[in-house]
Amino acid sequence: MAAKAPVPGATDPAIIRNFCIIAHIDHGKSTLADRMLQLTGIVDPRNMRAQYLDRMDIERERGITIKSQAVRLPFAADDGVTYVLNLIDTPGHVDFTYEVSRSLAACEGAVLLVDAAQGIEAQTLANLYLALENNLTIIPVLNKIDLPSAQPEKYAAEIAHIIGCDPSTVLRVSAKTGLGVEELLNEVVKLVPAPVGDENAPARALIFDSVYDTYRGVVTYVRVIDGRFADRERIKMMSTGETHETLEVGVISPDPMPSQAIGVGEVGYFITGVKDVRQSRVGDTVTMANRGATEALGGYRDPVPMVFSGLFPMDGSDFPVLREALDKLKLNDAALVYEPESSVALGFGFRCGFLGLLHLEIVRERLEREFNLELISTAPNVVYRVVMDDDSEHIVTNPSEFPTGKISEVNEPVVRSTILTPHEFVGAIMELCQNRRGTLHGMDYLSEDRVEMRYTLPLAEIVFDFFDQLKSRTRGYASLDYEPTGEQSADLVKVDILLHGDPVDAFSAIVHKDKAYAYGVAMAAKLKELIPRQQFEVPIQAAIGARVIARETIRAMRKDVLAKCYGGDISRKRKLLEKQKEGKKRMKMVGRVEIPQEAFIAALSTDDNGAKPKAK
Amino acid sequence: MRTLGAYVHVPFCASRCGYCDFNTYTAAELQRDETVITAVTYAQRVVAEIEWTKSQTPQDVRPISTVFFGGGTPTLLAARDLVLILDALRKNYGLDPVAEVTTEANPDSVDLEYLRTLKDGGFTRISFGHQSSAPNVLALLERTHTPGKTWQAIKWAREVGFEHVSVDLIYGSPGETEEDLANTLADVAKADVDHVSAYSLIVEPGTRLAARVARGEVPSPSDDVAATRYAIIDKHLSEMGLSWYEVSNWSRQGAECQHNLAYWRNQDWLGIGPGAHAHTAGMRSWNVKHPAAWAARVDALESPAHESEALTPVDIAHEEIMLRLRLREGLPLGVLSGDGLKEAKQAVLDGLLDSAKFESDLAVLTFTGRLLADGLVARLWA
Repeated sequence: MAAKAPVPGATDPAIIRNFCIIAHIDHGKSTLADRMLQLTGIVDPRNMRAQYLDRMDIERERGITIKSQAVRLPFAADDGVTYVLNLIDTPGHVDFTYEVSRSLAACEGAVLLVDAAQGIEAQTLANLYLALENNLTIIPVLNKIDLPSAQPEKYAAEIAHIIGCDPSTVLRVSAKTGLGVEELLNEVVKLVPAPVGDENAPARALIFDSVYDTYRGVVTYVRVIDGRFADRERIKMMSTGETHETLEVGVISPDPMPSQAIGVGEVGYFITGVKDVRQSRVGDTVTMANRGATEALGGYRDPVPMVFSGLFPMDGSDFPVLREALDKLKLNDAALVYEPESSVALGFGFRCGFLGLLHLEIVRERLEREFNLELISTAPNVVYRVVMDDDSEHIVTNPSEFPTGKISEVNEPVVRSTILTPHEFVGAIMELCQNRRGTLHGMDYLSEDRVEMRYTLPLAEIVFDFFDQLKSRTRGYASLDYEPTGEQSADLVKVDILLHGDPVDAFSAIVHKDKAYAYGVAMAAKLKELIPRQQFEVPIQAAIGARVIARETIRAMRKDVLAKCYGGDISRKRKLLEKQKEGKKRMKMVGRVEIPQEAFIAALSTDDNGAKPKAK
Repeated sequence: MRTLGAYVHVPFCASRCGYCDFNTYTAAELQRDETVITAVTYAQRVVAEIEWTKSQTPQDVRPISTVFFGGGTPTLLAARDLVLILDALRKNYGLDPVAEVTTEANPDSVDLEYLRTLKDGGFTRISFGHQSSAPNVLALLERTHTPGKTWQAIKWAREVGFEHVSVDLIYGSPGETEEDLANTLADVAKADVDHVSAYSLIVEPGTRLAARVARGEVPSPSDDVAATRYAIIDKHLSEMGLSWYEVSNWSRQGAECQHNLAYWRNQDWLGIGPGAHAHTAGMRSWNVKHPAAWAARVDALESPAHESEALTPVDIAHEEIMLRLRLREGLPLGVLSGDGLKEAKQAVLDGLLDSAKFESDLAVLTFTGRLLADGLVARLWA
């Protein structure tokens, strides 16, 4: 039964507990959230569905959370008081570290949820450290203790070692069956501090997410620190100074419930009618337009795209559709940037910037799914800062724009990475990281057989295929987390791929000098496999500037003629040739070389198995 | 006015060859299908179709320049039946005094007497399906004749006075070696033929050969091998004084198959018999395929046509390019669009079209171009 809910806007901060759940994908965070919704009675059993808080199809299918979500749970605790628990659901991926940090900043406590059969993973560890930096109270919990493969003793000891608690205090639950969930909520009430704020100070709230809704415009999720926010008030975004009027304020429980106001320590939303999430930025501080706060809460950062890729419609006539689709997605994705790009090989498309690979994948998948587009994406690359001899500087987000001329220095972004692995894979990982120009900074045993390794790595190496390699060399047991730490100068060159003498911009890559040859050889060989023979011989060359470093040749097709028209069946032959010609229209032309789209896609995929047999 | 030809299809074979997907049937197949039509009653129905066709399209009636009996195995019919059909064409349409009258023949199914009957009945040309002299290739193709029979049949044909004698070859079969091909060509050099058609083996879907390739029993013929073999054939035949006049056909000067030329020159022809294709009055049409269905239509005095296609100006332009490009006499450049002409210029640079002929406004394939003609056609359609 739902407890009698305290009224938003008039809730004593002393009975509020704001917490989040830190967990790895598949460790059961969404299932635990579902149980909490049920236990507190705010979702009618008839309306319950799995992953209740994940709104996008893509979130449900992949079992990941992309957007944050906050839900207000009235909970009658063992002490007889009905508390207001605000569960702030956070994204769980390395691409969204900043978003996670803002969600954490909105909480006083965090449930550290770990699969009792798998132990803690690198991303969880990274988020845990973030939570500790934010001075959150950590409530360690092992989930899935009903699994036959669960090893609660082992992983309780591991967690205890990491956060420095007594293993016996690690709670054990099964989100699936609901076992231990109520006890967990009581622990949240007991252990997580109530929020503290000044109700008489100028209002200040932290934006931890904003979501674009087709019907209502942008819905902004906030945690109130000081003062009160009521509807029909003029508010100000402190990073931009923009002011808006609140058309609605309220809380989510689990559907939006408008209220008069939200006060100190409360978590809720407001709507102002703006149409673009850029007008309500994650991490920004909201205050009143008149007599507002003068000091922001701190920690605000503009989203910085780390990975760039060209997105091109398979069918050139879909370009306007792609533009419109990106414009729409952008309303809900403050980190997505793009500008038109034209490629000799792929036609018109957009150069897009993303927070990371998952972000790229999600955007691409949403474009294809929600806007019915077929896309080709070029191999992702990072941002390079190229300094010329004359001290001029180029920011390169597209290898084809790598400057020519006298280059004095090329800088690439680097990340600090954390890898958690069973100890038997330490050697394999060291080899991989060394091969990827990594620098080891430290190594710790988390438990007897699990190791935390800390490396600095060029982001470009991670973007290439590091994660796949890590997974395959550790049979999927290692996990990875990283965060940008700056840039380093490196010996980087641009390798161009030329077909029949014409450069194919989509295949240009910026690689380390030591790997340029291997890249050139591999790409030339791959293209030789993928591109069907033409009516003339086609040389494939890999070159650094004017210097050719690898060469392959696609021999000319020797026979392409039917012997005769059987029984005078001219129509059949004509239609056959017409069909072939129609098929060629779907080919991409590089100079005079016809390349089937499948060949392009296969060549652009880093997956070696992507190579398909040549079209006949 | 386009010249008029006649193609007569004879859909019978003693046995079906493994590579063949032509519209032809063995006696056993026809019996199994409970078809009343047989080689014995076939000629009468062909004559009936000729008469019906003439009555329906009197405007197309004019003397015929070329007649071609193909199959199947036309020589499975009695020689007098073939003559009967030729007579019906002569009677209903008239025959040009210098008309070329060809029949395809299986070396196994003719003798001196048979050939004499044809010659006396007005046949001027005979084309023997030799395919290969190599027993292993004939076995793969499931051809029944023994290689030596071809040369005997050719002698008889000359003896009774056929003006033109041709052999058909198939090359590039799986298992065929260059030596096998050289032996076949050496045999051809010794024979008194003035025309050779050489076709690369194509694995047609639905044939026994296709099934064997699919099962991995027989390797798929390779285009690269076929290209090499084509070069060997072209070289040998040229040395014998036979030069190419169409991608797959070589002859002595003046011995070109006029009927074949008429196809590539996009002339008109009647198509008589099951599944036969016709091109008359800007239309392409084709008869119902099965002999029983065809016979029923003919008997009921209904059109045996299964479908027809009225050619649009674009179709006609495409066909002109597709057909004439295959001939040594070439395609007049005037047929091409502006973009097509640009492609043709590029094709000269690519070595696919003869540059000297190009100067005299003709697109003529080079040796390399002959092997890549289909891809070039698609380019010239621009």
